[in-house]
Amino acid sequence: MKRQAEALCLGVESTADDFGVGIATFKGEILANASSGYVPEEGGIHPREAARHHAEAADKVLSEALAKAKVKPTDLTLIAFSQGPGLGPCLRTGATVARALASYLDLPLVGVNHSLAHIEIGKLKTGTVDPVTLYVSGGNTIVSAFEAGRYRVFGETLDIALGNCLDVFAREAGLKHKQGMSLGAALERLAADGEKLVSLPYVVKGMDVSLSGLLTASTTLLNKGECRLEDLCYSLQEHAFSMVTEVTERALAHTEKKEVLLTGGVAANKRLQSMLRIIAEEHDAKFNVVPRQFATDNGAMIAWTGVLAYTHGLVTPVDKSFVKLRWRLEKVDVSWVQ
Amino acid sequence: MGTIMLLKKGAEASLFLADWHGRKVIVKMRLPKRYRPAELDAKIRGYRTAHEPQLMHEAKKAGVPTPTIFLVDITDASITMEFVEGKQVKQVLAGVSRKKRQELSIRIGGLIGKLHRHGVIHGDLTTSNMILSAEGKIFLVDFGLGEKNKELEARGVDLHLMKRALQSTHYKFAEECFKNVLKGYSAVLGEEDAEKVFEKICEIERRGRYVDERKQA
Repeated sequence: MKRQAEALCLGVESTADDFGVGIATFKGEILANASSGYVPEEGGIHPREAARHHAEAADKVLSEALAKAKVKPTDLTLIAFSQGPGLGPCLRTGATVARALASYLDLPLVGVNHSLAHIEIGKLKTGTVDPVTLYVSGGNTIVSAFEAGRYRVFGETLDIALGNCLDVFAREAGLKHKQGMSLGAALERLAADGEKLVSLPYVVKGMDVSLSGLLTASTTLLNKGECRLEDLCYSLQEHAFSMVTEVTERALAHTEKKEVLLTGGVAANKRLQSMLRIIAEEHDAKFNVVPRQFATDNGAMIAWTGVLAYTHGLVTPVDKSFVKLRWRLEKVDVSWVQ
Repeated sequence: MGTIMLLKKGAEASLFLADWHGRKVIVKMRLPKRYRPAELDAKIRGYRTAHEPQLMHEAKKAGVPTPTIFLVDITDASITMEFVEGKQVKQVLAGVSRKKRQELSIRIGGLIGKLHRHGVIHGDLTTSNMILSAEGKIFLVDFGLGEKNKELEARGVDLHLMKRALQSTHYKFAEECFKNVLKGYSAVLGEEDAEKVFEKICEIERRGRYVDERKQA
Protein backbone atom coordinates (compact mmCIF):
# COMPACT_ATOMS: atom_id res chain seq x y z
CA MET A 1 0.00 0.00 0.00
CA LYS A 2 1.26 3.45 -0.87
CA ARG A 3 0.79 5.99 1.88
CA GLN A 4 3.17 8.77 0.91
CA ALA A 5 0.48 10.99 -0.56
CA GLU A 6 -1.57 11.09 2.61
CA ALA A 7 -1.00 13.41 5.57
CA LEU A 8 -0.20 11.38 8.71
CA CYS A 9 0.00 12.10 12.41
CA LEU A 10 1.94 10.03 14.92
CA GLY A 11 0.67 10.30 18.49
CA VAL A 12 2.52 9.42 21.68
CA GLU A 13 0.58 8.51 24.83
CA SER A 14 2.28 8.10 28.21
CA THR A 15 0.12 9.61 30.96
CA ALA A 16 0.15 6.61 33.26
CA ASP A 17 1.04 2.91 33.01
CA ASP A 18 0.73 2.51 29.23
CA PHE A 19 3.17 3.73 26.61
CA GLY A 20 1.36 3.92 23.28
CA VAL A 21 2.08 5.06 19.76
CA GLY A 22 -0.68 5.49 17.22
CA ILE A 23 -0.71 6.64 13.63
CA ALA A 24 -3.76 8.32 12.09
CA THR A 25 -4.42 9.77 8.67
CA PHE A 26 -5.81 13.30 8.53
CA LYS A 27 -9.07 11.75 7.32
CA GLY A 28 -9.45 9.74 10.52
CA GLU A 29 -8.24 6.32 9.52
CA ILE A 30 -6.23 4.63 12.28
CA LEU A 31 -3.28 2.82 10.70
CA ALA A 32 -1.57 1.66 13.87
CA ASN A 33 -2.15 1.59 17.60
CA ALA A 34 0.78 -0.08 19.36
CA SER A 35 1.38 -0.10 23.09
CA SER A 36 3.27 -1.58 25.98
CA GLY A 37 1.92 -1.67 29.51
CA TYR A 38 3.90 -1.43 32.72
CA VAL A 39 2.81 -4.07 35.21
CA PRO A 40 4.00 -3.45 38.76
CA GLU A 41 5.26 -6.52 40.61
CA GLU A 42 3.12 -5.47 43.51
CA GLY A 43 0.99 -2.50 44.49
CA GLY A 44 -0.10 0.29 42.19
CA ILE A 45 1.77 2.35 39.62
CA HIS A 46 5.09 3.71 40.80
CA PRO A 47 5.48 6.79 38.58
CA ARG A 48 9.27 6.54 38.30
CA GLU A 49 9.21 2.83 37.54
CA ALA A 50 6.46 3.36 34.96
CA ALA A 51 8.52 6.14 33.33
CA ARG A 52 11.54 3.82 33.22
CA HIS A 53 9.39 1.21 31.48
CA HIS A 54 8.22 3.82 28.96
CA ALA A 55 11.77 4.92 28.15
CA GLU A 56 12.81 1.31 27.61
CA ALA A 57 9.72 0.41 25.58
CA ALA A 58 9.63 3.55 23.40
CA ASP A 59 11.92 2.25 20.67
CA LYS A 60 10.09 -1.04 20.30
CA VAL A 61 6.58 0.46 20.36
CA LEU A 62 7.54 3.17 17.84
CA SER A 63 9.01 0.61 15.41
CA GLU A 64 5.97 -1.62 15.86
CA ALA A 65 3.56 1.22 15.04
CA LEU A 66 5.52 2.31 11.96
CA ALA A 67 5.76 -1.29 10.72
CA LYS A 68 2.05 -1.89 11.31
CA ALA A 69 1.13 1.28 9.39
CA LYS A 70 3.68 0.44 6.71
CA VAL A 71 5.14 3.93 6.78
CA LYS A 72 8.61 5.40 7.25
CA PRO A 73 9.30 8.20 9.74
CA THR A 74 9.83 10.53 6.78
CA ASP A 75 6.24 9.89 5.58
CA LEU A 76 4.86 11.60 8.70
CA THR A 77 3.33 15.09 8.68
CA LEU A 78 2.76 15.81 12.35
CA ILE A 79 3.77 14.62 15.84
CA ALA A 80 1.23 14.75 18.68
CA PHE A 81 1.74 13.88 22.31
CA SER A 82 -0.26 13.62 25.48
CA GLN A 83 0.62 16.81 27.36
CA GLY A 84 -1.50 16.10 30.43
CA PRO A 85 -3.14 15.45 32.79
CA GLY A 86 -1.23 12.54 34.26
CA LEU A 87 1.82 11.39 36.18
CA GLY A 88 4.80 13.72 35.80
CA PRO A 89 7.64 11.30 35.08
CA CYS A 90 5.48 9.33 32.62
CA LEU A 91 4.27 12.41 30.77
CA ARG A 92 7.82 13.77 30.52
CA THR A 93 9.10 10.56 28.97
CA GLY A 94 6.44 10.66 26.25
CA ALA A 95 6.98 14.37 25.67
CA THR A 96 10.71 13.81 25.28
CA VAL A 97 10.13 11.13 22.65
CA ALA A 98 7.69 13.39 20.79
CA ARG A 99 10.00 16.43 20.90
CA ALA A 100 12.92 14.34 19.67
CA LEU A 101 10.89 12.99 16.75
CA ALA A 102 9.55 16.42 15.80
CA SER A 103 12.99 18.03 15.95
CA TYR A 104 14.79 15.24 14.12
CA LEU A 105 12.15 14.97 11.37
CA ASP A 106 11.57 18.73 11.36
CA LEU A 107 7.81 18.34 11.87
CA PRO A 108 5.24 20.42 13.74
CA LEU A 109 4.45 19.32 17.28
CA VAL A 110 1.07 19.48 18.98
CA GLY A 111 0.28 18.84 22.65
CA VAL A 112 -3.03 17.13 23.32
CA ASN A 113 -5.24 16.93 26.42
CA HIS A 114 -5.52 13.26 27.38
CA SER A 115 -9.15 13.38 28.59
CA LEU A 116 -10.24 15.21 25.47
CA ALA A 117 -8.49 12.60 23.31
CA HIS A 118 -10.55 9.85 24.97
CA ILE A 119 -13.74 11.64 23.91
CA GLU A 120 -12.56 12.43 20.36
CA ILE A 121 -11.40 8.90 19.54
CA GLY A 122 -14.65 7.62 21.04
CA LYS A 123 -16.66 9.84 18.75
CA LEU A 124 -14.57 8.83 15.75
CA LYS A 125 -14.79 5.10 16.42
CA THR A 126 -18.48 4.96 17.29
CA GLY A 127 -19.80 7.63 14.94
CA THR A 128 -21.17 9.58 17.88
CA VAL A 129 -21.58 13.31 17.28
CA ASP A 130 -22.62 15.14 20.45
CA PRO A 131 -22.70 12.78 23.43
CA VAL A 132 -22.79 12.91 27.17
CA THR A 133 -19.56 11.04 27.88
CA LEU A 134 -18.80 8.97 30.95
CA TYR A 135 -15.03 8.55 31.08
CA VAL A 136 -14.00 6.08 33.75
CA SER A 137 -10.45 4.83 34.22
CA GLY A 138 -7.79 4.34 36.87
CA GLY A 139 -7.17 8.07 37.02
CA ASN A 140 -10.41 9.70 35.90
CA THR A 141 -14.15 9.65 36.57
CA ILE A 142 -15.69 12.41 34.48
CA VAL A 143 -19.15 13.10 33.09
CA SER A 144 -18.85 15.66 30.35
CA ALA A 145 -20.70 17.13 27.41
CA PHE A 146 -19.96 19.79 24.83
CA GLU A 147 -21.42 23.25 25.49
CA ALA A 148 -20.32 26.54 23.92
CA GLY A 149 -16.83 25.76 22.66
CA ARG A 150 -15.65 23.37 25.34
CA TYR A 151 -16.27 19.97 26.87
CA ARG A 152 -17.81 20.99 30.17
CA VAL A 153 -17.37 18.79 33.22
CA PHE A 154 -20.83 18.17 34.65
CA GLY A 155 -19.83 15.60 37.22
CA GLU A 156 -16.70 13.97 38.51
CA THR A 157 -15.33 12.18 41.52
CA LEU A 158 -14.74 14.23 44.62
CA ASP A 159 -11.89 11.91 45.60
CA ILE A 160 -10.61 8.69 43.97
CA ALA A 161 -11.30 7.47 40.43
CA LEU A 162 -13.62 4.53 39.76
CA GLY A 163 -10.89 2.33 38.28
CA ASN A 164 -8.64 3.15 41.19
CA CYS A 165 -11.38 2.16 43.66
CA LEU A 166 -11.88 -1.22 41.94
CA ASP A 167 -8.14 -1.89 41.50
CA VAL A 168 -7.22 -1.14 45.11
CA PHE A 169 -10.00 -3.43 46.33
CA ALA A 170 -8.94 -6.16 43.91
CA ARG A 171 -5.33 -5.98 45.15
CA GLU A 172 -6.51 -6.05 48.78
CA ALA A 173 -8.45 -9.19 47.89
CA GLY A 174 -5.27 -10.75 46.50
CA LEU A 175 -6.34 -10.70 42.85
CA LYS A 176 -3.44 -10.53 40.40
CA HIS A 177 -2.80 -9.24 36.91
CA LYS A 178 -2.94 -12.27 34.66
CA GLN A 179 -1.95 -12.66 31.05
CA GLY A 180 -4.39 -10.51 29.12
CA MET A 181 -6.67 -10.00 32.11
CA SER A 182 -6.75 -6.79 34.11
CA LEU A 183 -7.55 -6.55 37.81
CA GLY A 184 -10.88 -5.04 36.88
CA ALA A 185 -11.70 -8.02 34.67
CA ALA A 186 -10.78 -10.42 37.48
CA LEU A 187 -13.08 -8.51 39.81
CA GLU A 188 -15.87 -8.49 37.25
CA ARG A 189 -15.59 -12.26 36.87
CA LEU A 190 -15.91 -12.80 40.63
CA ALA A 191 -18.78 -10.31 40.84
CA ALA A 192 -20.72 -12.38 38.32
CA ASP A 193 -20.96 -15.11 40.96
CA GLY A 194 -22.16 -12.73 43.64
CA GLU A 195 -25.59 -13.53 45.08
CA LYS A 196 -26.11 -11.33 48.09
CA LEU A 197 -26.07 -7.54 47.98
CA VAL A 198 -24.08 -6.26 50.95
CA SER A 199 -25.04 -2.77 52.15
CA LEU A 200 -22.30 -0.23 51.39
CA PRO A 201 -22.07 3.59 51.27
CA TYR A 202 -23.79 5.21 48.29
CA VAL A 203 -22.59 8.78 47.96
CA VAL A 204 -23.93 11.08 45.27
CA LYS A 205 -23.51 14.82 45.80
CA GLY A 206 -25.19 16.83 43.09
CA MET A 207 -23.64 15.46 39.92
CA ASP A 208 -20.49 14.36 41.71
CA VAL A 209 -19.71 11.06 43.38
CA SER A 210 -17.47 10.13 46.27
CA LEU A 211 -15.90 6.68 46.16
CA SER A 212 -13.34 6.68 48.96
CA GLY A 213 -15.87 5.76 51.67
CA LEU A 214 -17.14 2.91 49.53
CA LEU A 215 -13.60 1.57 49.12
CA THR A 216 -12.87 1.82 52.85
CA ALA A 217 -16.13 0.08 53.79
CA SER A 218 -15.55 -2.70 51.24
CA THR A 219 -11.97 -3.39 52.32
CA THR A 220 -12.99 -3.32 55.99
CA LEU A 221 -15.63 -5.99 55.31
CA LEU A 222 -13.12 -7.95 53.26
CA ASN A 223 -10.59 -7.98 56.07
CA LYS A 224 -13.23 -9.06 58.60
CA GLY A 225 -13.69 -12.14 56.44
CA GLU A 226 -17.41 -12.51 57.13
CA CYS A 227 -18.61 -12.02 53.57
CA ARG A 228 -18.05 -14.14 50.49
CA LEU A 229 -15.53 -12.43 48.22
CA GLU A 230 -17.92 -12.87 45.27
CA ASP A 231 -20.67 -11.06 47.17
CA LEU A 232 -18.34 -8.22 48.07
CA CYS A 233 -17.11 -7.80 44.48
CA TYR A 234 -20.72 -7.85 43.30
CA SER A 235 -21.85 -5.32 45.91
CA LEU A 236 -18.90 -3.01 45.29
CA GLN A 237 -19.59 -3.00 41.55
CA GLU A 238 -23.34 -2.50 41.97
CA HIS A 239 -22.91 0.44 44.33
CA ALA A 240 -20.09 2.15 42.43
CA PHE A 241 -21.66 1.67 38.99
CA SER A 242 -25.11 2.76 40.20
CA MET A 243 -23.55 5.97 41.49
CA VAL A 244 -21.79 6.88 38.24
CA THR A 245 -24.85 5.84 36.24
CA GLU A 246 -27.05 8.07 38.37
CA VAL A 247 -24.88 11.14 37.76
CA THR A 248 -24.58 10.35 34.06
CA GLU A 249 -28.37 10.21 33.88
CA ARG A 250 -28.55 13.56 35.66
CA ALA A 251 -26.22 15.09 33.08
CA LEU A 252 -28.25 13.51 30.30
CA ALA A 253 -31.53 14.93 31.64
CA HIS A 254 -29.89 18.29 32.22
CA THR A 255 -28.27 18.65 28.78
CA GLU A 256 -31.00 16.77 26.85
CA LYS A 257 -28.37 15.26 24.56
CA LYS A 258 -29.35 12.27 22.48
CA GLU A 259 -26.20 10.16 22.77
CA VAL A 260 -24.32 8.50 25.61
CA LEU A 261 -20.70 7.51 25.19
CA LEU A 262 -18.85 5.23 27.59
CA THR A 263 -15.05 5.21 27.53
CA GLY A 264 -11.91 4.66 29.62
CA GLY A 265 -10.49 1.41 30.96
CA VAL A 266 -13.57 0.60 33.07
CA ALA A 267 -15.76 0.86 29.96
CA ALA A 268 -14.89 -2.76 29.24
CA ASN A 269 -17.05 -3.84 32.18
CA LYS A 270 -20.23 -5.48 30.85
CA ARG A 271 -22.29 -4.68 33.90
CA LEU A 272 -21.47 -0.98 33.70
CA GLN A 273 -22.31 -1.05 29.98
CA SER A 274 -25.71 -2.59 30.69
CA MET A 275 -26.56 0.07 33.29
CA LEU A 276 -25.72 2.92 30.93
CA ARG A 277 -27.61 1.29 28.10
CA ILE A 278 -30.72 1.37 30.30
CA ILE A 279 -30.51 5.09 31.11
CA ALA A 280 -29.81 5.90 27.45
CA GLU A 281 -32.94 4.00 26.43
CA GLU A 282 -35.02 5.75 29.04
CA HIS A 283 -34.03 9.15 27.68
CA ASP A 284 -34.35 8.13 24.03
CA ALA A 285 -30.62 8.45 23.59
CA LYS A 286 -28.28 6.21 21.65
CA PHE A 287 -25.75 4.28 23.71
CA ASN A 288 -22.23 3.66 22.48
CA VAL A 289 -19.26 2.04 24.12
CA VAL A 290 -15.79 2.70 22.74
CA PRO A 291 -14.03 -0.48 21.50
CA ARG A 292 -11.56 -1.71 24.09
CA GLN A 293 -8.29 -0.90 22.30
CA PHE A 294 -9.45 2.71 21.88
CA ALA A 295 -11.08 2.99 25.31
CA THR A 296 -7.98 2.26 27.38
CA ASP A 297 -5.07 4.71 27.12
CA ASN A 298 -3.72 4.56 23.57
CA GLY A 299 -1.60 6.43 21.06
CA ALA A 300 -4.25 6.47 18.32
CA MET A 301 -6.46 8.83 20.31
CA ILE A 302 -3.56 11.25 20.68
CA ALA A 303 -2.75 11.04 16.98
CA TRP A 304 -6.37 11.69 15.98
CA THR A 305 -6.88 14.57 18.41
CA GLY A 306 -3.55 15.97 17.19
CA VAL A 307 -4.98 15.99 13.67
CA LEU A 308 -8.12 17.85 14.83
CA ALA A 309 -6.10 20.46 16.71
CA TYR A 310 -3.48 20.95 13.99
CA THR A 311 -6.00 21.26 11.16
CA HIS A 312 -7.68 23.98 13.23
CA GLY A 313 -4.53 25.99 13.52
CA LEU A 314 -2.99 24.71 16.73
CA VAL A 315 0.70 23.89 17.14
CA THR A 316 2.79 23.63 20.29
CA PRO A 317 6.27 25.15 19.92
CA VAL A 318 8.93 23.02 21.61
CA ASP A 319 9.66 25.73 24.19
CA LYS A 320 5.99 25.64 25.21
CA SER A 321 5.71 21.86 25.21
CA PHE A 322 6.20 21.39 28.95
CA VAL A 323 3.81 18.84 30.41
CA LYS A 324 0.72 19.94 32.37
CA LEU A 325 0.06 17.50 35.18
CA ARG A 326 -3.30 18.98 36.16
CA TRP A 327 -4.64 20.17 32.83
CA ARG A 328 -8.41 20.03 33.23
CA LEU A 329 -10.64 19.05 30.34
CA GLU A 330 -12.81 22.17 30.47
CA LYS A 331 -9.75 24.44 30.08
CA VAL A 332 -9.31 23.44 26.45
CA ASP A 333 -10.92 25.45 23.65
CA VAL A 334 -12.36 23.02 21.13
CA SER A 335 -12.66 24.94 17.91
CA TRP A 336 -13.33 21.90 15.74
CA VAL A 337 -16.72 21.09 17.25
CA GLN A 338 -19.64 23.23 16.18
CA MET B 1 -56.48 12.99 42.69
CA GLY B 2 -57.57 14.82 39.56
CA THR B 3 -56.11 14.89 36.09
CA ILE B 4 -52.44 14.21 35.92
CA MET B 5 -50.02 15.56 33.36
CA LEU B 6 -46.30 14.82 33.07
CA LEU B 7 -44.50 18.11 33.52
CA LYS B 8 -40.89 17.02 33.55
CA LYS B 9 -39.07 13.75 33.36
CA GLY B 10 -35.95 14.32 35.38
CA ALA B 11 -33.16 11.91 36.13
CA GLU B 12 -34.07 11.58 39.76
CA ALA B 13 -37.85 11.81 39.57
CA SER B 14 -40.75 12.61 37.33
CA LEU B 15 -42.85 15.66 38.09
CA PHE B 16 -46.58 15.56 37.43
CA LEU B 17 -48.97 18.46 37.50
CA ALA B 18 -52.23 17.43 39.16
CA ASP B 19 -55.38 18.70 40.77
CA TRP B 20 -55.69 17.84 44.45
CA HIS B 21 -58.91 18.93 46.17
CA GLY B 22 -59.13 21.95 43.92
CA ARG B 23 -55.47 22.85 44.29
CA LYS B 24 -52.85 22.82 41.61
CA VAL B 25 -50.15 20.50 42.91
CA ILE B 26 -46.92 18.86 41.87
CA VAL B 27 -46.60 15.13 42.40
CA LYS B 28 -42.96 14.17 42.52
CA MET B 29 -42.52 10.47 41.87
CA ARG B 30 -39.26 8.66 42.23
CA LEU B 31 -39.81 5.92 39.69
CA PRO B 32 -37.86 2.68 40.04
CA LYS B 33 -34.49 2.72 38.32
CA ARG B 34 -34.00 -0.45 36.36
CA TYR B 35 -30.23 -0.11 36.27
CA ARG B 36 -29.82 -0.61 40.02
CA PRO B 37 -30.56 -3.84 41.90
CA ALA B 38 -34.17 -3.64 43.15
CA GLU B 39 -33.04 -3.89 46.75
CA LEU B 40 -30.64 -0.95 46.49
CA ASP B 41 -33.11 1.03 44.41
CA ALA B 42 -35.92 0.66 46.96
CA LYS B 43 -33.58 1.72 49.73
CA ILE B 44 -32.40 4.87 47.94
CA ARG B 45 -35.85 5.94 46.76
CA GLY B 46 -37.44 5.30 50.14
CA TYR B 47 -34.72 7.17 51.96
CA ARG B 48 -34.86 10.21 49.73
CA THR B 49 -38.66 10.35 49.72
CA ALA B 50 -38.77 10.29 53.50
CA HIS B 51 -35.99 12.80 53.98
CA GLU B 52 -36.87 15.37 51.39
CA PRO B 53 -40.09 16.64 53.07
CA GLN B 54 -38.35 16.75 56.44
CA LEU B 55 -35.58 18.90 55.04
CA MET B 56 -38.05 21.13 53.21
CA HIS B 57 -39.80 21.64 56.51
CA GLU B 58 -36.52 22.45 58.23
CA ALA B 59 -35.70 24.88 55.44
CA LYS B 60 -38.96 26.70 56.10
CA LYS B 61 -38.04 27.00 59.76
CA ALA B 62 -34.75 28.51 58.65
CA GLY B 63 -36.66 31.13 56.68
CA VAL B 64 -36.08 29.65 53.23
CA PRO B 65 -39.16 29.41 50.98
CA THR B 66 -39.98 25.83 49.91
CA PRO B 67 -43.22 24.41 48.48
CA THR B 68 -45.76 23.26 51.05
CA ILE B 69 -45.98 19.49 51.39
CA PHE B 70 -49.46 17.94 51.27
CA LEU B 71 -48.84 14.23 51.12
CA VAL B 72 -45.94 11.78 51.36
CA ASP B 73 -46.21 8.18 50.26
CA ILE B 74 -43.11 6.12 51.00
CA THR B 75 -44.35 2.91 49.37
CA ASP B 76 -44.68 4.43 45.91
CA ALA B 77 -42.01 7.05 46.64
CA SER B 78 -44.16 10.05 45.87
CA ILE B 79 -44.50 13.51 47.38
CA THR B 80 -47.47 15.78 46.69
CA MET B 81 -46.62 19.44 47.11
CA GLU B 82 -47.67 22.97 46.27
CA PHE B 83 -47.16 24.07 42.69
CA VAL B 84 -45.10 27.26 42.73
CA GLU B 85 -45.90 29.52 39.79
CA GLY B 86 -42.69 30.93 38.44
CA LYS B 87 -39.54 30.21 36.48
CA GLN B 88 -36.39 28.29 37.19
CA VAL B 89 -33.54 30.63 38.05
CA LYS B 90 -31.60 28.73 35.37
CA GLN B 91 -33.93 30.12 32.71
CA VAL B 92 -33.96 33.61 34.14
CA LEU B 93 -30.30 34.26 34.87
CA ALA B 94 -29.03 34.78 31.33
CA GLY B 95 -31.83 37.10 30.29
CA VAL B 96 -31.64 39.69 33.05
CA SER B 97 -29.41 42.73 33.53
CA ARG B 98 -26.07 42.43 35.27
CA LYS B 99 -27.45 44.31 38.23
CA LYS B 100 -30.47 42.02 38.55
CA ARG B 101 -28.20 38.99 38.25
CA GLN B 102 -26.06 40.35 41.05
CA GLU B 103 -29.14 40.92 43.19
CA LEU B 104 -30.42 37.38 42.55
CA SER B 105 -27.02 35.84 43.28
CA ILE B 106 -26.70 37.69 46.57
CA ARG B 107 -30.19 36.56 47.57
CA ILE B 108 -29.38 32.96 46.64
CA GLY B 109 -26.25 33.16 48.76
CA GLY B 110 -28.35 34.51 51.61
CA LEU B 111 -30.77 31.57 51.35
CA ILE B 112 -27.91 29.07 51.41
CA GLY B 113 -26.52 30.91 54.42
CA LYS B 114 -29.86 30.57 56.22
CA LEU B 115 -30.01 26.85 55.44
CA HIS B 116 -26.48 26.23 56.68
CA ARG B 117 -26.97 28.31 59.79
CA HIS B 118 -29.95 26.10 60.58
CA GLY B 119 -27.93 22.92 59.95
CA VAL B 120 -29.49 22.00 56.61
CA ILE B 121 -27.39 20.95 53.63
CA HIS B 122 -29.23 21.11 50.31
CA GLY B 123 -27.03 18.58 48.51
CA ASP B 124 -27.85 19.63 44.95
CA LEU B 125 -27.57 23.39 44.63
CA THR B 126 -28.14 24.18 40.97
CA THR B 127 -30.05 27.01 39.36
CA SER B 128 -32.60 24.44 38.10
CA ASN B 129 -33.50 23.75 41.71
CA MET B 130 -34.39 27.36 42.45
CA ILE B 131 -37.70 28.85 41.40
CA LEU B 132 -38.25 32.57 41.08
CA SER B 133 -41.95 32.89 41.91
CA ALA B 134 -44.37 35.33 40.32
CA GLU B 135 -44.15 37.48 43.45
CA GLY B 136 -40.38 37.55 43.21
CA LYS B 137 -39.56 35.09 46.01
CA ILE B 138 -36.89 32.45 45.44
CA PHE B 139 -38.07 28.94 46.36
CA LEU B 140 -35.59 26.11 46.85
CA VAL B 141 -36.69 22.66 45.73
CA ASP B 142 -35.17 19.18 45.32
CA PHE B 143 -33.81 18.38 48.76
CA GLY B 144 -33.53 14.67 47.93
CA LEU B 145 -29.76 14.63 48.25
CA GLY B 146 -29.71 16.84 51.33
CA GLU B 147 -28.96 16.13 54.95
CA LYS B 148 -29.00 17.61 58.43
CA ASN B 149 -25.40 18.52 59.04
CA LYS B 150 -23.55 21.41 60.65
CA GLU B 151 -20.03 20.36 59.75
CA LEU B 152 -17.74 22.61 57.73
CA GLU B 153 -17.04 19.80 55.27
CA ALA B 154 -20.72 19.42 54.33
CA ARG B 155 -21.17 23.18 53.99
CA GLY B 156 -18.06 23.43 51.85
CA VAL B 157 -19.16 20.65 49.50
CA ASP B 158 -22.62 22.22 49.21
CA LEU B 159 -21.16 25.56 48.06
CA HIS B 160 -18.56 23.84 45.88
CA LEU B 161 -21.42 22.10 44.04
CA MET B 162 -23.13 25.44 43.55
CA LYS B 163 -19.95 26.80 41.99
CA ARG B 164 -19.60 23.76 39.74
CA ALA B 165 -23.23 24.05 38.65
CA LEU B 166 -22.70 27.70 37.75
CA GLN B 167 -19.52 26.86 35.83
CA SER B 168 -21.14 24.13 33.74
CA THR B 169 -24.45 25.91 33.08
CA HIS B 170 -23.70 29.63 33.26
CA TYR B 171 -20.02 29.61 32.21
CA LYS B 172 -20.19 33.18 30.89
CA PHE B 173 -20.85 34.75 34.27
CA ALA B 174 -20.19 31.91 36.69
CA GLU B 175 -17.38 33.68 38.47
CA GLU B 176 -19.28 36.91 39.00
CA CYS B 177 -22.39 35.01 40.19
CA PHE B 178 -20.48 32.82 42.61
CA LYS B 179 -18.69 35.81 44.06
CA ASN B 180 -22.05 37.38 44.80
CA VAL B 181 -23.44 34.11 46.17
CA LEU B 182 -20.57 34.13 48.66
CA LYS B 183 -21.27 37.76 49.48
CA GLY B 184 -24.88 36.97 50.35
CA TYR B 185 -23.81 33.88 52.24
CA SER B 186 -21.31 35.80 54.28
CA ALA B 187 -23.85 38.50 55.13
CA VAL B 188 -26.11 35.89 56.73
CA LEU B 189 -23.60 33.58 58.34
CA GLY B 190 -21.24 36.28 59.54
CA GLU B 191 -17.82 36.92 58.08
CA GLU B 192 -15.91 34.81 60.54
CA ASP B 193 -17.96 31.63 60.03
CA ALA B 194 -18.26 32.20 56.30
CA GLU B 195 -14.49 32.56 55.98
CA LYS B 196 -14.01 29.12 57.54
CA VAL B 197 -16.39 27.64 54.96
CA PHE B 198 -14.54 29.41 52.13
CA GLU B 199 -11.24 27.94 53.30
CA LYS B 200 -12.91 24.54 53.34
CA ILE B 201 -14.04 25.02 49.72
CA CYS B 202 -10.41 25.61 48.71
CA GLU B 203 -9.38 22.48 50.56
CA ILE B 204 -12.12 20.41 48.89
CA GLU B 205 -11.05 21.69 45.48
CA ARG B 206 -7.42 20.81 46.13
CA ARG B 207 -8.53 17.28 46.95
CA GLY B 208 -10.05 16.94 43.50
CA ARG B 209 -8.08 15.53 40.62
CA TYR B 210 -6.05 17.81 38.40
CA VAL B 211 -6.57 21.08 40.15
CA ASP B 212 -4.22 24.00 39.59
CA GLU B 213 -4.62 25.19 43.17
CA ARG B 214 -2.88 22.09 44.45
CA LYS B 215 0.48 23.40 43.23
CA GLN B 216 0.51 25.98 45.99
CA ALA B 217 -0.46 23.50 48.68
